[in-house]
Amino acid sequence: MSAIFWKELADHFGSKRFIIFFALILIVAGGAVYLAGTGFAERPDATGPFVYLQLFTSSNGGLPSFLTFLSFFGPLIGVLLGFDAINGEFARGTVSRVLAQPIWRDSWINGKFLAGLAALGIVLSGIILIVVGLGIFALGFPPSGSELLRLLIFFAVGTVYLGFWLSLGILFSIVFRHAASSALASIAFWLVFTLLLFMAADLIANQVAPVSASSTAAAWAKNEQIRETVLRFSPVALFEEATSALLLPSYRGLGMVEILTRHQVPTNPLSIGQSMLIVWPQLVGLIGLTAVCFAISYVIFMRREIRST
Amino acid sequence: MAVVEAIGLRKAYRDAVAVDGLDISIEEREIYGLLGPNGSGKTTTILLLLGLTEPSSGTIRVLGRNPWREGLAVKRQIGYLPENVGFYDDLTARENLRFVARLNRIPDRESAPLIDDALGSVGLGEVADRPVRTYSRGMRQRLGIAEVLLKEPRLAILDEPTSGIDPEGATQILDLIVRMRNDRGMTVLLSSHLLHQVQRVCDRVGILHRGRLVAEGTLDQLSLSNDLERAIEIRARGLDPDGIEAIRAIEGVIDVEARGDWIRVRGNPPDGALARAVVESNGELIELRGATATLEDVYLRYFQE
Repeated sequence: MSAIFWKELADHFGSKRFIIFFALILIVAGGAVYLAGTGFAERPDATGPFVYLQLFTSSNGGLPSFLTFLSFFGPLIGVLLGFDAINGEFARGTVSRVLAQPIWRDSWINGKFLAGLAALGIVLSGIILIVVGLGIFALGFPPSGSELLRLLIFFAVGTVYLGFWLSLGILFSIVFRHAASSALASIAFWLVFTLLLFMAADLIANQVAPVSASSTAAAWAKNEQIRETVLRFSPVALFEEATSALLLPSYRGLGMVEILTRHQVPTNPLSIGQSMLIVWPQLVGLIGLTAVCFAISYVIFMRREIRST
Repeated sequence: MAVVEAIGLRKAYRDAVAVDGLDISIEEREIYGLLGPNGSGKTTTILLLLGLTEPSSGTIRVLGRNPWREGLAVKRQIGYLPENVGFYDDLTARENLRFVARLNRIPDRESAPLIDDALGSVGLGEVADRPVRTYSRGMRQRLGIAEVLLKEPRLAILDEPTSGIDPEGATQILDLIVRMRNDRGMTVLLSSHLLHQVQRVCDRVGILHRGRLVAEGTLDQLSLSNDLERAIEIRARGLDPDGIEAIRAIEGVIDVEARGDWIRVRGNPPDGALARAVVESNGELIELRGATATLEDVYLRYFQE
């Protein structure tokens, strides 16, 4: 499997589309972080004890935060690495040639998935390190240990999130014969999860538990709860919830809890353990979605008839 | 021990039977040609032998093992050139082969001379460091053969090795196939629908039709077993209109076919009778030759029925 892993990794880093996308994300992320940084300079009082984490979460000057960018565009780069993983091999006529070599069939798809995951991990860690590096340069002091630890966990969660989109891309690359169809299907899913599901959640919540200005707190709570339940089918929502709790240590809880406690208690930061406790379900959900997606690909691929024509 | 042995091999897909009760046996150091029109089950047979697809019923032994159950052990000793072979276009020929060597767990240090040797044997030594994207179809096919040579397999399976290649390129490939057996002692199984090429290199031929082996043997055996009549070709000019009828009337003639100056006679006429008939019909006899039964005749016989 290592032969496949290294070849795929080399292919990813050598491919033009990967380089273009990497550059694009770097520019956008850099821009977002730079604007966030200049925002701190204008209002130094607004920064809390976790300046480095705020670099990733705060937005300024109309440009969304780094976190928003990652949750929105991250999927595209994940899908990009996966959408032609298998059907591309069929199109090139390399499938039967590779599978006639003494390798297990699953080591091929495992190698491809792991290589994609490694490429995504390298990209994400690169971006985070660049941001932190620029931060040290601009701010003049290094991040604290707990900030680094939170960033490390953020990196892990981000890789899992991108890994979900990678495995979705690979799944479509197995289901669809043509790379174009699988790319379109991946983008359709991306739109559903990033936009449509958020709209649908509001719609469903308002249908099932309508609220008005005169509604009781209980009715509002029910409405919000339904909205959250619908949203949690989306990996995008899971990722946003998980990472905001990780990068904003003052988060007391997610969803309703967050809304209710936002203006009440003094915003003392939670310990990392407590933050992890809050995001644990989201994290498990993300890992589960990725695993399910990959498992389906795996099963279909193992049963696939290998015919060159 | 036979290198390949299949008994009652059958592969049914949901809506069609691709291989239907195939019995085949290939001996060590033999070049065996699997012949048949498109869709006759050649490729499916090959996939079954490679263990890339599971047989519905029947038994297969390749090099004494079951390819589906012991896939890795079998694949280690088989070289396979698929139909329409594809490579990673952005990699060079050498890099493509190095990847295959790694898949075979040959360390780079050991594979480097093997790769040079294989590329040299197929005449790609000078373009080894060009990306495969720039290769012609014939060069890709030869690169596929280099990949087979690299593995030093006991059995080489080549699916349509010469299809879509110009005659000169096809000749080169056929020469390579013969050398695989003569110089490296490999057993070769090749499939094709191009008869004259199979005829040139194969020791034994099996004819597949609708998933069944309808005939098998050396070319001589195939012709004899079918009672293929002798065919004689006559080239004559200025023959009387009833000249053709005169030839047809000769004892032993089964069929006469005229096209321009050429007349093709099937049957077994007495010596000299044809020439005499042409001359007596005021024909100018230019050429008269016996046509040996080609595989084409054998082939047409099976598929016209």
